[in-house]
Amino acid sequence: MSATAIRVRPRRARGAGLGLAAWLAGVVFFLPIAWMALTSFHSESDAATNPPSFGAALTLDGYREFFGAGGGASPWPALINSTVASVVSTLLVLLLALPAAYALSIRPVKKWTDVLFFFLSTKMLPVVAGLLPIYLFAKNTGMLDNIWLLVILYTSMNLPIAVWMMQSFLAEVPVAIIEAAQIDGARLPTVLGRVVAPIALPGIAATALICFIFSWNELLFARVLTGVVAETAPVFLTGFITSQGLFLAKVCAASLVISLPVLAAGFAAQDKLVQGLSLGAVK
Amino acid sequence: MTATTTAPITAPPPAHTEKRPSGRLRAWATRAPLLPALIFMIAVTQLPFVATLVISFFDWNSLYPDARQFTGFANYSEVLTDAALRKSVWTTILLTVAVVLASLVLGLGLALLLDRKFRGRGLVRTLLIAPFLVVPVAAALLWKHVLYNPEYGLLNGLLHYVGGPQPDWISGTPLLAVEASLVWQWTPFMMLILLAGLQSRDHQQIEAARVDGASDWQIFRHLTLPHLRRYLELGALLGSIYIVQNFDAVFTITSGGLGTANLPYTVYQSFYQAHENGLASAAGVLVVIGSIIIATFALRVVSSLFREEASRA
Repeated sequence: MSATAIRVRPRRARGAGLGLAAWLAGVVFFLPIAWMALTSFHSESDAATNPPSFGAALTLDGYREFFGAGGGASPWPALINSTVASVVSTLLVLLLALPAAYALSIRPVKKWTDVLFFFLSTKMLPVVAGLLPIYLFAKNTGMLDNIWLLVILYTSMNLPIAVWMMQSFLAEVPVAIIEAAQIDGARLPTVLGRVVAPIALPGIAATALICFIFSWNELLFARVLTGVVAETAPVFLTGFITSQGLFLAKVCAASLVISLPVLAAGFAAQDKLVQGLSLGAVK
Repeated sequence: MTATTTAPITAPPPAHTEKRPSGRLRAWATRAPLLPALIFMIAVTQLPFVATLVISFFDWNSLYPDARQFTGFANYSEVLTDAALRKSVWTTILLTVAVVLASLVLGLGLALLLDRKFRGRGLVRTLLIAPFLVVPVAAALLWKHVLYNPEYGLLNGLLHYVGGPQPDWISGTPLLAVEASLVWQWTPFMMLILLAGLQSRDHQQIEAARVDGASDWQIFRHLTLPHLRRYLELGALLGSIYIVQNFDAVFTITSGGLGTANLPYTVYQSFYQAHENGLASAAGVLVVIGSIIIATFALRVVSSLFREEASRA
Protein backbone atom coordinates (compact mmCIF):
# COMPACT_ATOMS: atom_id res chain seq x y z
CA MET A 1 0.00 0.00 0.00
CA SER A 2 1.92 3.01 -1.19
CA ALA A 3 1.19 6.67 -0.87
CA THR A 4 -0.03 6.87 -4.46
CA ALA A 5 -2.73 4.27 -3.82
CA ILE A 6 -4.14 6.40 -1.02
CA ARG A 7 -4.12 9.46 -3.24
CA VAL A 8 -5.78 7.70 -6.12
CA ARG A 9 -8.80 6.41 -4.23
CA PRO A 10 -10.52 9.71 -3.26
CA ARG A 11 -9.83 11.00 -6.75
CA ARG A 12 -11.60 8.01 -8.24
CA ALA A 13 -14.56 8.38 -5.86
CA ARG A 14 -14.84 12.03 -6.75
CA GLY A 15 -14.63 11.11 -10.44
CA ALA A 16 -17.62 8.80 -10.04
CA GLY A 17 -19.47 11.57 -8.21
CA LEU A 18 -18.84 14.02 -11.03
CA GLY A 19 -19.92 11.43 -13.59
CA LEU A 20 -23.14 11.01 -11.65
CA ALA A 21 -23.62 14.79 -11.56
CA ALA A 22 -23.22 14.90 -15.34
CA TRP A 23 -25.84 12.17 -15.74
CA LEU A 24 -28.18 14.01 -13.41
CA ALA A 25 -27.77 17.25 -15.37
CA GLY A 26 -28.42 15.40 -18.63
CA VAL A 27 -31.61 13.86 -17.23
CA VAL A 28 -32.86 17.20 -15.83
CA PHE A 29 -32.33 18.97 -19.16
CA PHE A 30 -33.95 16.16 -21.09
CA LEU A 31 -36.88 15.76 -18.67
CA PRO A 32 -39.20 18.34 -20.36
CA ILE A 33 -38.71 16.58 -23.71
CA ALA A 34 -39.26 13.13 -22.21
CA TRP A 35 -42.40 14.44 -20.50
CA MET A 36 -43.59 15.98 -23.75
CA ALA A 37 -43.11 12.63 -25.51
CA LEU A 38 -44.93 10.71 -22.75
CA THR A 39 -47.81 13.21 -22.62
CA SER A 40 -48.24 13.01 -26.40
CA PHE A 41 -49.15 9.33 -25.96
CA HIS A 42 -51.65 9.95 -23.15
CA SER A 43 -55.36 10.62 -23.51
CA GLU A 44 -56.35 14.26 -23.02
CA SER A 45 -57.90 13.57 -19.62
CA ASP A 46 -54.79 11.71 -18.41
CA ALA A 47 -52.55 14.49 -19.73
CA ALA A 48 -54.28 17.13 -17.60
CA THR A 49 -54.02 15.76 -14.07
CA ASN A 50 -52.33 17.05 -10.94
CA PRO A 51 -50.38 15.17 -9.66
CA PRO A 52 -49.20 13.99 -13.11
CA SER A 53 -50.25 10.47 -14.19
CA PHE A 54 -46.94 8.90 -15.17
CA GLY A 55 -48.30 5.40 -15.73
CA ALA A 56 -51.53 6.21 -17.59
CA ALA A 57 -52.57 4.06 -20.55
CA LEU A 58 -50.90 4.94 -23.85
CA THR A 59 -52.85 5.98 -26.92
CA LEU A 60 -52.26 7.55 -30.33
CA ASP A 61 -55.27 9.87 -29.99
CA GLY A 62 -53.07 12.98 -29.61
CA TYR A 63 -51.41 12.24 -32.94
CA ARG A 64 -54.75 11.45 -34.61
CA GLU A 65 -56.12 14.76 -33.37
CA PHE A 66 -53.05 16.62 -34.59
CA PHE A 67 -53.34 15.13 -38.07
CA GLY A 68 -56.90 16.40 -38.28
CA ALA A 69 -58.99 13.41 -37.18
CA GLY A 70 -61.09 15.60 -34.89
CA GLY A 71 -62.05 17.99 -37.67
CA GLY A 72 -59.26 20.49 -37.00
CA ALA A 73 -57.06 21.95 -39.73
CA SER A 74 -54.70 19.42 -41.28
CA PRO A 75 -51.02 20.13 -40.65
CA TRP A 76 -49.95 18.59 -43.95
CA PRO A 77 -49.99 21.81 -46.05
CA ALA A 78 -47.86 23.53 -43.40
CA LEU A 79 -45.45 20.60 -43.19
CA ILE A 80 -45.13 20.52 -46.99
CA ASN A 81 -44.56 24.30 -47.12
CA SER A 82 -41.86 24.03 -44.46
CA THR A 83 -40.20 21.20 -46.34
CA VAL A 84 -40.21 23.17 -49.60
CA ALA A 85 -38.91 26.35 -47.93
CA SER A 86 -36.18 24.53 -45.99
CA VAL A 87 -34.99 22.11 -48.67
CA VAL A 88 -35.07 24.52 -51.63
CA SER A 89 -33.44 27.36 -49.68
CA THR A 90 -30.73 24.98 -48.46
CA LEU A 91 -30.02 23.86 -52.04
CA LEU A 92 -29.87 27.50 -53.16
CA VAL A 93 -27.51 28.29 -50.29
CA LEU A 94 -25.17 25.48 -51.35
CA LEU A 95 -25.33 26.61 -54.97
CA LEU A 96 -24.30 30.17 -54.02
CA ALA A 97 -21.98 29.40 -51.11
CA LEU A 98 -19.83 26.68 -52.68
CA PRO A 99 -18.33 28.86 -55.43
CA ALA A 100 -18.01 31.75 -52.98
CA ALA A 101 -16.20 29.59 -50.45
CA TYR A 102 -13.93 28.35 -53.25
CA ALA A 103 -13.04 31.96 -54.11
CA LEU A 104 -12.33 32.61 -50.43
CA SER A 105 -10.16 29.59 -49.70
CA ILE A 106 -8.69 27.48 -52.49
CA ARG A 107 -8.17 30.25 -55.03
CA PRO A 108 -8.68 33.31 -52.88
CA VAL A 109 -9.48 36.77 -54.20
CA LYS A 110 -7.57 39.75 -52.89
CA LYS A 111 -8.83 40.99 -49.52
CA TRP A 112 -10.67 37.71 -49.05
CA THR A 113 -10.85 38.13 -45.28
CA ASP A 114 -12.70 41.46 -45.70
CA VAL A 115 -15.25 39.75 -47.93
CA LEU A 116 -15.62 36.95 -45.40
CA PHE A 117 -16.29 39.46 -42.64
CA PHE A 118 -18.79 41.31 -44.79
CA PHE A 119 -20.81 38.09 -45.00
CA LEU A 120 -20.59 37.70 -41.24
CA SER A 121 -21.70 41.27 -40.58
CA THR A 122 -24.89 40.72 -42.61
CA LYS A 123 -25.73 37.82 -40.30
CA MET A 124 -25.63 40.23 -37.39
CA LEU A 125 -28.20 42.49 -38.98
CA PRO A 126 -31.42 41.73 -37.09
CA VAL A 127 -34.39 40.39 -39.01
CA VAL A 128 -36.57 43.29 -37.86
CA ALA A 129 -34.22 45.70 -39.65
CA GLY A 130 -35.61 44.80 -43.04
CA LEU A 131 -38.94 43.28 -42.16
CA LEU A 132 -41.18 46.25 -42.97
CA PRO A 133 -39.74 47.09 -46.43
CA ILE A 134 -39.82 43.40 -47.32
CA TYR A 135 -43.46 43.25 -46.23
CA LEU A 136 -44.35 46.38 -48.24
CA PHE A 137 -42.44 45.04 -51.25
CA ALA A 138 -44.26 41.70 -51.01
CA LYS A 139 -47.61 43.42 -50.63
CA ASN A 140 -47.10 45.63 -53.68
CA THR A 141 -45.80 42.85 -55.91
CA GLY A 142 -48.39 40.27 -54.88
CA MET A 143 -45.76 38.06 -53.24
CA LEU A 144 -47.51 37.91 -49.86
CA ASP A 145 -48.47 34.42 -48.78
CA ASN A 146 -46.07 32.95 -51.34
CA ILE A 147 -43.68 30.23 -50.20
CA TRP A 148 -41.03 31.28 -52.75
CA LEU A 149 -40.59 34.61 -51.00
CA LEU A 150 -39.64 32.67 -47.86
CA VAL A 151 -37.25 30.55 -49.92
CA ILE A 152 -35.40 33.72 -50.97
CA LEU A 153 -35.36 35.17 -47.46
CA TYR A 154 -34.19 31.92 -45.87
CA THR A 155 -31.44 31.70 -48.44
CA SER A 156 -30.18 35.14 -47.42
CA MET A 157 -30.54 34.22 -43.75
CA ASN A 158 -28.31 31.15 -44.10
CA LEU A 159 -25.88 32.18 -46.81
CA PRO A 160 -23.40 33.91 -44.44
CA ILE A 161 -23.29 30.88 -42.13
CA ALA A 162 -22.76 28.58 -45.09
CA VAL A 163 -20.02 30.73 -46.63
CA TRP A 164 -18.16 30.81 -43.31
CA MET A 165 -18.52 27.11 -42.61
CA MET A 166 -17.59 25.99 -46.09
CA GLN A 167 -14.68 28.40 -46.25
CA SER A 168 -13.29 26.74 -43.14
CA PHE A 169 -13.94 23.25 -44.52
CA LEU A 170 -12.39 23.98 -47.93
CA ALA A 171 -9.39 25.63 -46.28
CA GLU A 172 -8.70 22.27 -44.64
CA VAL A 173 -8.09 20.64 -48.03
CA PRO A 174 -4.29 20.35 -48.28
CA VAL A 175 -2.86 22.56 -51.01
CA ALA A 176 -0.24 19.95 -51.88
CA ILE A 177 -2.86 17.43 -52.98
CA ILE A 178 -4.53 19.92 -55.33
CA GLU A 179 -1.20 20.91 -56.84
CA ALA A 180 -0.16 17.28 -57.26
CA ALA A 181 -3.38 16.56 -59.15
CA GLN A 182 -2.84 19.60 -61.36
CA ILE A 183 0.71 18.54 -62.13
CA ASP A 184 -0.64 15.13 -63.13
CA GLY A 185 -2.70 16.98 -65.71
CA ALA A 186 -6.10 16.96 -63.99
CA ARG A 187 -8.43 19.75 -65.11
CA LEU A 188 -10.39 21.92 -62.67
CA PRO A 189 -13.65 19.90 -62.69
CA THR A 190 -11.69 16.72 -62.05
CA VAL A 191 -9.74 18.34 -59.22
CA LEU A 192 -12.97 19.59 -57.63
CA GLY A 193 -14.85 16.33 -58.07
CA ARG A 194 -12.13 13.82 -57.28
CA VAL A 195 -9.86 15.66 -54.85
CA VAL A 196 -11.69 18.48 -53.08
CA ALA A 197 -15.20 16.99 -52.82
CA PRO A 198 -14.32 13.78 -50.94
CA ILE A 199 -12.41 15.73 -48.27
CA ALA A 200 -14.95 18.55 -47.94
CA LEU A 201 -18.11 16.42 -48.24
CA PRO A 202 -18.76 15.79 -44.51
CA GLY A 203 -18.44 19.53 -43.89
CA ILE A 204 -20.76 20.39 -46.76
CA ALA A 205 -23.33 17.91 -45.45
CA ALA A 206 -23.16 19.43 -41.95
CA THR A 207 -23.55 22.92 -43.41
CA ALA A 208 -26.65 21.80 -45.29
CA LEU A 209 -28.17 20.26 -42.16
CA ILE A 210 -27.60 23.42 -40.11
CA CYS A 211 -29.13 25.64 -42.82
CA PHE A 212 -32.09 23.26 -42.94
CA ILE A 213 -32.57 23.60 -39.16
CA PHE A 214 -32.54 27.40 -39.20
CA SER A 215 -35.02 27.56 -42.07
CA TRP A 216 -37.34 25.01 -40.51
CA ASN A 217 -37.36 26.90 -37.18
CA GLU A 218 -37.94 30.40 -38.53
CA LEU A 219 -41.09 32.15 -37.30
CA LEU A 220 -41.01 35.95 -37.66
CA PHE A 221 -40.78 36.18 -41.48
CA ALA A 222 -43.23 33.31 -41.91
CA ARG A 223 -45.69 34.83 -39.46
CA VAL A 224 -45.66 38.26 -41.13
CA LEU A 225 -45.40 37.21 -44.77
CA THR A 226 -47.61 34.14 -45.04
CA GLY A 227 -51.30 33.48 -44.55
CA VAL A 228 -53.45 30.47 -45.23
CA VAL A 229 -51.67 29.23 -48.36
CA ALA A 230 -47.96 29.42 -47.56
CA GLU A 231 -48.20 28.89 -43.81
CA THR A 232 -45.19 26.98 -42.42
CA ALA A 233 -45.03 24.47 -39.57
CA PRO A 234 -43.97 26.99 -36.86
CA VAL A 235 -46.83 29.29 -37.91
CA PHE A 236 -49.17 26.29 -37.67
CA LEU A 237 -47.90 25.77 -34.11
CA THR A 238 -48.79 29.34 -33.15
CA GLY A 239 -52.41 28.18 -33.47
CA PHE A 240 -51.85 26.45 -30.13
CA ILE A 241 -50.87 29.61 -28.25
CA THR A 242 -54.28 30.17 -26.71
CA SER A 243 -55.61 27.25 -24.69
CA GLN A 244 -58.42 25.25 -26.26
CA GLY A 245 -59.77 23.23 -23.36
CA LEU A 246 -58.08 19.88 -22.87
CA PHE A 247 -55.48 19.82 -25.63
CA LEU A 248 -52.13 18.98 -23.98
CA ALA A 249 -51.65 15.63 -25.71
CA LYS A 250 -52.38 17.27 -29.07
CA VAL A 251 -49.94 20.14 -28.36
CA CYS A 252 -47.25 17.66 -27.35
CA ALA A 253 -47.84 15.49 -30.42
CA ALA A 254 -47.72 18.58 -32.67
CA SER A 255 -44.56 19.97 -31.05
CA LEU A 256 -42.82 16.63 -31.25
CA VAL A 257 -43.76 15.85 -34.85
CA ILE A 258 -42.71 19.32 -36.02
CA SER A 259 -39.44 19.13 -34.04
CA LEU A 260 -38.52 15.65 -35.32
CA PRO A 261 -36.79 16.82 -38.54
CA VAL A 262 -34.72 19.30 -36.52
CA LEU A 263 -33.78 16.73 -33.88
CA ALA A 264 -32.77 14.27 -36.61
CA ALA A 265 -30.75 16.84 -38.56
CA GLY A 266 -29.15 18.17 -35.38
CA PHE A 267 -28.02 14.78 -34.14
CA ALA A 268 -26.73 13.91 -37.61
CA ALA A 269 -24.65 17.10 -37.64
CA GLN A 270 -23.70 16.86 -33.96
CA ASP A 271 -19.94 16.89 -34.48
CA LYS A 272 -19.98 19.94 -36.73
CA LEU A 273 -22.81 21.71 -34.92
CA VAL A 274 -20.60 23.98 -32.84
CA GLN A 275 -18.51 24.96 -35.86
CA GLY A 276 -21.63 25.98 -37.71
CA LEU A 277 -23.27 27.81 -34.82
CA SER A 278 -20.12 29.76 -34.05
CA LEU A 279 -19.86 30.62 -37.77
CA GLY A 280 -16.69 28.61 -38.10
CA ALA A 281 -14.85 30.43 -35.30
CA VAL A 282 -14.69 27.33 -33.11
CA LYS A 283 -13.54 24.01 -34.51
CA MET B 1 -24.81 47.46 -40.96
CA THR B 2 -22.43 47.40 -43.88
CA ALA B 3 -18.90 46.42 -44.62
CA THR B 4 -17.68 49.41 -42.62
CA THR B 5 -17.87 47.36 -39.43
CA THR B 6 -15.54 44.80 -40.89
CA ALA B 7 -12.92 44.16 -38.29
CA PRO B 8 -9.41 45.01 -39.34
CA ILE B 9 -7.45 41.82 -39.38
CA THR B 10 -4.15 40.90 -40.79
CA ALA B 11 -4.81 38.09 -43.18
CA PRO B 12 -2.70 35.00 -43.05
CA PRO B 13 -1.05 34.41 -46.41
CA PRO B 14 -3.62 32.88 -48.76
CA ALA B 15 -3.29 29.23 -49.59
CA HIS B 16 -2.44 29.91 -53.21
CA THR B 17 -0.74 32.98 -54.49
CA GLU B 18 -1.55 33.76 -58.07
CA LYS B 19 1.21 32.48 -60.25
CA ARG B 20 0.70 34.33 -63.49
CA PRO B 21 -1.27 37.51 -62.95
CA SER B 22 -2.13 38.18 -66.57
CA GLY B 23 -4.27 41.25 -66.32
CA ARG B 24 -7.76 42.26 -65.42
CA LEU B 25 -9.53 39.32 -67.03
CA ARG B 26 -7.79 36.89 -64.76
CA ALA B 27 -8.68 38.89 -61.63
CA TRP B 28 -12.34 38.83 -62.66
CA ALA B 29 -12.15 35.11 -63.32
CA THR B 30 -10.98 34.67 -59.75
CA ARG B 31 -13.72 36.94 -58.47
CA ALA B 32 -16.53 35.47 -60.58
CA PRO B 33 -17.47 32.56 -58.27
CA LEU B 34 -17.90 35.03 -55.44
CA LEU B 35 -20.18 37.49 -57.20
CA PRO B 36 -23.54 35.67 -57.21
CA ALA B 37 -23.45 35.22 -53.43
CA LEU B 38 -22.23 38.76 -52.84
CA ILE B 39 -24.82 40.42 -55.07
CA PHE B 40 -27.59 38.27 -53.62
CA MET B 41 -26.64 39.24 -50.06
CA ILE B 42 -26.47 42.95 -50.82
CA ALA B 43 -29.81 42.89 -52.60
CA VAL B 44 -31.70 40.93 -49.97
CA THR B 45 -30.20 42.29 -46.74
CA GLN B 46 -28.72 45.73 -47.36
CA LEU B 47 -31.39 47.28 -49.59
CA PRO B 48 -34.30 46.60 -47.20
CA PHE B 49 -32.31 48.09 -44.36
CA VAL B 50 -31.70 51.27 -46.36
CA ALA B 51 -35.44 51.40 -46.99
CA THR B 52 -36.09 50.98 -43.26
CA LEU B 53 -33.72 53.85 -42.59
CA VAL B 54 -35.60 56.07 -45.05
CA ILE B 55 -39.05 55.12 -43.75
CA SER B 56 -37.94 55.82 -40.19
CA PHE B 57 -37.82 59.54 -41.05
CA PHE B 58 -41.46 59.59 -42.20
CA ASP B 59 -44.70 59.92 -40.31
CA TRP B 60 -46.45 57.07 -42.04
CA ASN B 61 -49.45 55.09 -40.88
CA SER B 62 -50.43 52.61 -43.59
CA LEU B 63 -54.13 53.11 -42.75
CA TYR B 64 -53.75 56.78 -43.78
CA PRO B 65 -51.30 56.56 -46.71
CA ASP B 66 -52.12 60.09 -47.92
CA ALA B 67 -50.97 61.66 -44.67
CA ARG B 68 -47.40 60.42 -45.19
CA GLN B 69 -44.84 63.14 -44.58
CA PHE B 70 -41.20 63.68 -43.67
CA THR B 71 -40.72 64.24 -39.96
CA GLY B 72 -36.99 64.07 -39.41
CA PHE B 73 -36.08 62.49 -36.11
CA ALA B 74 -39.61 62.73 -34.67
CA ASN B 75 -40.12 58.96 -34.76
CA TYR B 76 -36.89 58.42 -32.88
CA SER B 77 -37.78 60.89 -30.16
CA GLU B 78 -41.20 59.26 -29.94
CA VAL B 79 -39.66 55.80 -29.61
CA LEU B 80 -37.26 57.04 -26.95
CA THR B 81 -39.83 59.05 -24.98
CA ASP B 82 -42.87 56.77 -25.29
CA ALA B 83 -43.14 54.96 -21.96
CA ALA B 84 -44.19 51.62 -23.46
CA LEU B 85 -41.46 51.68 -26.07
CA ARG B 86 -38.83 52.74 -23.56
CA LYS B 87 -39.92 49.85 -21.41
CA SER B 88 -39.46 47.48 -24.31
CA VAL B 89 -35.88 48.72 -24.75
CA TRP B 90 -35.30 47.99 -21.07
CA THR B 91 -37.03 44.59 -21.33
CA THR B 92 -34.82 43.66 -24.28
CA ILE B 93 -31.68 44.47 -22.29
CA LEU B 94 -32.91 42.63 -19.19
CA LEU B 95 -33.99 39.57 -21.15
CA THR B 96 -30.76 39.35 -23.12
CA VAL B 97 -28.40 39.89 -20.19
CA ALA B 98 -30.23 37.49 -17.87
CA VAL B 99 -30.51 34.69 -20.44
CA VAL B 100 -26.93 35.05 -21.68
CA LEU B 101 -25.39 35.14 -18.21
CA ALA B 102 -27.46 32.27 -16.80
CA SER B 103 -26.93 30.01 -19.79
CA LEU B 104 -23.23 30.86 -19.88
CA VAL B 105 -22.73 29.89 -16.22
CA LEU B 106 -24.80 26.71 -16.56
CA GLY B 107 -23.09 25.92 -19.86
CA LEU B 108 -19.66 26.29 -18.24
CA GLY B 109 -20.65 23.92 -15.44
CA LEU B 110 -21.95 21.34 -17.91
CA ALA B 111 -18.92 21.70 -20.17
CA LEU B 112 -16.60 21.07 -17.20
CA LEU B 113 -18.63 17.98 -16.26
CA LEU B 114 -18.55 16.69 -19.83
CA ASP B 115 -14.85 17.37 -20.33
CA ARG B 116 -14.02 14.31 -18.22
CA LYS B 117 -14.31 10.68 -19.25
CA PHE B 118 -17.18 8.73 -17.70
CA ARG B 119 -19.50 5.94 -18.66
CA GLY B 120 -22.13 7.08 -21.14
CA ARG B 121 -20.58 10.48 -21.88
CA GLY B 122 -21.77 10.42 -25.49
CA LEU B 123 -25.34 9.74 -24.43
CA VAL B 124 -25.32 12.50 -21.78
CA ARG B 125 -23.98 14.93 -24.39
CA THR B 126 -26.82 13.98 -26.71
CA LEU B 127 -29.40 14.42 -23.92
CA LEU B 128 -27.99 17.86 -23.15
CA ILE B 129 -28.01 19.03 -26.77
CA ALA B 130 -31.63 17.98 -27.30
CA PRO B 131 -33.28 21.16 -25.87
CA PHE B 132 -31.46 23.23 -28.47
CA LEU B 133 -32.91 21.02 -31.21
CA VAL B 134 -36.57 21.57 -30.37
CA VAL B 135 -38.26 24.03 -32.75
CA PRO B 136 -38.31 27.33 -30.76
CA VAL B 137 -42.09 27.75 -31.02
CA ALA B 138 -42.58 24.15 -29.92
CA ALA B 139 -40.25 24.69 -26.97
CA ALA B 140 -42.15 27.82 -25.96
CA LEU B 141 -45.47 25.93 -26.22
CA LEU B 142 -44.01 23.12 -24.13
CA TRP B 143 -43.07 25.54 -21.37
CA LYS B 144 -46.26 27.57 -21.59
CA HIS B 145 -48.81 24.76 -21.55
CA VAL B 146 -47.10 21.61 -20.38
CA LEU B 147 -44.72 22.89 -17.68
CA TYR B 148 -46.11 26.24 -16.48
CA ASN B 149 -49.85 25.52 -16.51
CA PRO B 150 -50.94 26.36 -12.93
CA GLU B 151 -53.53 23.56 -12.72
CA TYR B 152 -51.93 20.55 -14.37
CA GLY B 153 -48.47 21.64 -15.52
CA LEU B 154 -45.49 19.41 -14.71
CA LEU B 155 -43.84 22.00 -12.45
CA ASN B 156 -46.83 22.30 -10.15
CA GLY B 157 -47.38 18.55 -10.43
CA LEU B 158 -43.89 17.91 -9.06
CA LEU B 159 -44.38 20.61 -6.39
CA HIS B 160 -47.59 18.83 -5.42
CA TYR B 161 -45.58 15.73 -4.45
CA VAL B 162 -43.49 17.66 -1.95
CA GLY B 163 -46.49 19.64 -0.71
CA GLY B 164 -45.14 22.87 -2.17
CA PRO B 165 -47.12 25.93 -3.30
CA GLN B 166 -48.91 25.99 -6.66
CA PRO B 167 -47.85 29.28 -8.23
CA ASP B 168 -49.18 30.69 -11.50
CA TRP B 169 -45.76 30.96 -13.15
CA ILE B 170 -46.59 33.07 -16.19
CA SER B 171 -48.85 35.65 -14.49
CA GLY B 172 -46.71 35.74 -11.36
CA THR B 173 -43.25 36.11 -12.91
CA PRO B 174 -43.81 36.61 -16.66
CA LEU B 175 -40.34 37.77 -17.65
CA LEU B 176 -38.68 35.09 -15.56
CA ALA B 177 -40.95 32.50 -17.19
CA VAL B 178 -39.78 33.58 -20.66
CA GLU B 179 -36.16 33.72 -19.51
CA ALA B 180 -36.23 30.23 -17.98
CA SER B 181 -37.46 28.67 -21.23
CA LEU B 182 -34.75 30.50 -23.19
CA VAL B 183 -32.03 29.51 -20.70
CA TRP B 184 -33.13 25.89 -21.15
CA GLN B 185 -32.72 26.21 -24.93
CA TRP B 186 -29.49 28.21 -24.95
CA THR B 187 -27.46 26.43 -22.26
CA PRO B 188 -26.61 23.59 -24.68
CA PHE B 189 -25.31 26.16 -27.19
CA MET B 190 -22.99 27.68 -24.58
CA MET B 191 -21.95 24.23 -23.42
CA LEU B 192 -20.93 23.19 -26.96
CA ILE B 193 -18.79 26.30 -27.48
CA LEU B 194 -17.13 26.05 -24.05
CA LEU B 195 -16.58 22.31 -24.45
CA ALA B 196 -14.76 23.00 -27.71
CA GLY B 197 -12.71 25.57 -25.80
CA LEU B 198 -11.88 23.11 -23.02
CA GLN B 199 -10.84 20.47 -25.52
CA SER B 200 -8.46 22.85 -27.28
CA ARG B 201 -6.45 23.39 -24.10
CA ASP B 202 -2.79 22.46 -24.03
CA HIS B 203 -2.94 19.20 -22.08
CA GLN B 204 0.84 18.93 -21.68
CA GLN B 205 0.86 22.29 -19.94
CA ILE B 206 -1.87 21.13 -17.55
CA GLU B 207 -0.05 17.88 -16.83
CA ALA B 208 3.13 19.84 -16.16
CA ALA B 209 1.27 22.11 -13.73
CA ARG B 210 -0.20 19.06 -11.99
CA VAL B 211 3.23 17.44 -11.67
CA ASP B 212 4.47 20.71 -10.17
CA GLY B 213 1.78 20.28 -7.49
CA ALA B 214 -0.89 22.74 -8.68
CA SER B 215 -4.34 22.01 -7.24
CA ASP B 216 -7.40 21.50 -9.44
CA TRP B 217 -8.67 24.94 -8.45
CA GLN B 218 -5.34 26.59 -9.27
CA ILE B 219 -5.30 24.88 -12.65
CA PHE B 220 -8.85 26.03 -13.33
CA ARG B 221 -8.23 29.59 -12.13
CA HIS B 222 -4.86 30.21 -13.76
CA LEU B 223 -4.82 27.97 -16.84
CA THR B 224 -8.33 26.92 -17.85
CA LEU B 225 -10.18 30.18 -17.24
CA PRO B 226 -7.72 32.45 -19.10
CA HIS B 227 -7.79 29.99 -22.03
CA LEU B 228 -11.58 29.94 -21.96
CA ARG B 229 -11.92 33.71 -21.83
CA ARG B 230 -12.34 34.18 -25.54
CA TYR B 231 -14.70 31.23 -25.82
CA LEU B 232 -16.80 32.76 -23.04
CA GLU B 233 -16.77 36.07 -24.90
CA LEU B 234 -17.72 34.37 -28.15
CA GLY B 235 -20.59 32.49 -26.49
CA ALA B 236 -21.83 35.64 -24.78
CA LEU B 237 -21.70 37.72 -27.95
CA LEU B 238 -23.24 35.17 -30.33
CA GLY B 239 -25.87 34.39 -27.69
CA SER B 240 -26.61 38.12 -27.35
CA ILE B 241 -27.00 38.54 -31.09
CA TYR B 242 -29.52 35.71 -31.25
CA ILE B 243 -31.40 36.59 -28.05
CA VAL B 244 -31.67 40.35 -28.71
CA GLN B 245 -33.62 39.26 -31.80
CA ASN B 246 -35.79 36.76 -29.95
CA PHE B 247 -39.38 36.84 -31.08
CA ASP B 248 -40.65 33.28 -30.78
CA ALA B 249 -40.60 32.88 -26.99
CA VAL B 250 -42.07 36.31 -26.22
CA PHE B 251 -44.74 35.89 -28.90
CA THR B 252 -45.71 32.39 -27.75
CA ILE B 253 -45.47 32.45 -23.97
CA THR B 254 -46.87 35.89 -23.11
CA SER B 255 -47.83 37.41 -26.50
CA GLY B 256 -45.83 40.42 -25.42
CA GLY B 257 -48.14 41.03 -22.48
CA LEU B 258 -47.36 41.48 -18.77
CA GLY B 259 -44.38 43.71 -19.50
CA THR B 260 -42.45 41.17 -21.58
CA ALA B 261 -42.64 42.93 -24.97
CA ASN B 262 -39.08 43.27 -26.26
CA LEU B 263 -38.04 45.40 -29.23
CA PRO B 264 -38.51 42.79 -31.98
CA TYR B 265 -42.01 42.11 -30.66
CA THR B 266 -42.73 45.85 -30.47
CA VAL B 267 -41.54 46.37 -34.03
CA TYR B 268 -43.74 43.48 -35.17
CA GLN B 269 -46.73 44.84 -33.27
CA SER B 270 -46.36 48.47 -34.28
CA PHE B 271 -46.50 47.81 -37.99
CA TYR B 272 -48.40 44.52 -38.17
CA GLN B 273 -51.17 45.52 -35.78
CA ALA B 274 -50.91 49.32 -35.35
CA HIS B 275 -49.75 49.98 -38.94
CA GLU B 276 -47.32 52.66 -37.72
CA ASN B 277 -44.68 52.17 -40.40
CA GLY B 278 -42.49 55.13 -39.50
CA LEU B 279 -42.46 54.31 -35.80
CA ALA B 280 -41.78 50.63 -36.42
CA SER B 281 -38.85 51.53 -38.67
CA ALA B 282 -37.34 53.85 -36.08
CA ALA B 283 -37.59 51.07 -33.46
CA GLY B 284 -36.05 48.68 -35.99
CA VAL B 285 -33.13 51.03 -36.59
CA LEU B 286 -32.59 51.19 -32.83
CA VAL B 287 -32.42 47.38 -32.67
CA VAL B 288 -29.83 47.53 -35.43
CA ILE B 289 -27.76 50.12 -33.58
CA GLY B 290 -27.82 47.91 -30.47
CA SER B 291 -26.81 44.93 -32.57
CA ILE B 292 -23.98 46.83 -34.24
CA ILE B 293 -22.54 47.65 -30.82
CA ILE B 294 -22.62 43.98 -29.82
CA ALA B 295 -21.55 42.84 -33.27
CA THR B 296 -18.47 45.04 -33.36
CA PHE B 297 -17.19 43.25 -30.29
CA ALA B 298 -18.32 39.90 -31.68
CA LEU B 299 -16.47 40.46 -34.95
CA ARG B 300 -13.33 41.34 -33.02
CA VAL B 301 -13.51 38.10 -31.01
CA VAL B 302 -14.28 36.00 -34.07
CA SER B 303 -11.43 37.58 -35.99
CA SER B 304 -8.94 36.95 -33.19
CA LEU B 305 -9.98 33.29 -32.95
CA PHE B 306 -9.90 33.14 -36.75
CA ARG B 307 -6.37 34.49 -36.83
CA GLU B 308 -5.27 32.00 -34.20
CA GLU B 309 -6.77 29.09 -36.12
CA ALA B 310 -5.13 30.32 -39.30
CA SER B 311 -1.73 30.66 -37.67
CA ARG B 312 -2.08 27.20 -36.14
CA ALA B 313 -2.92 25.62 -39.47
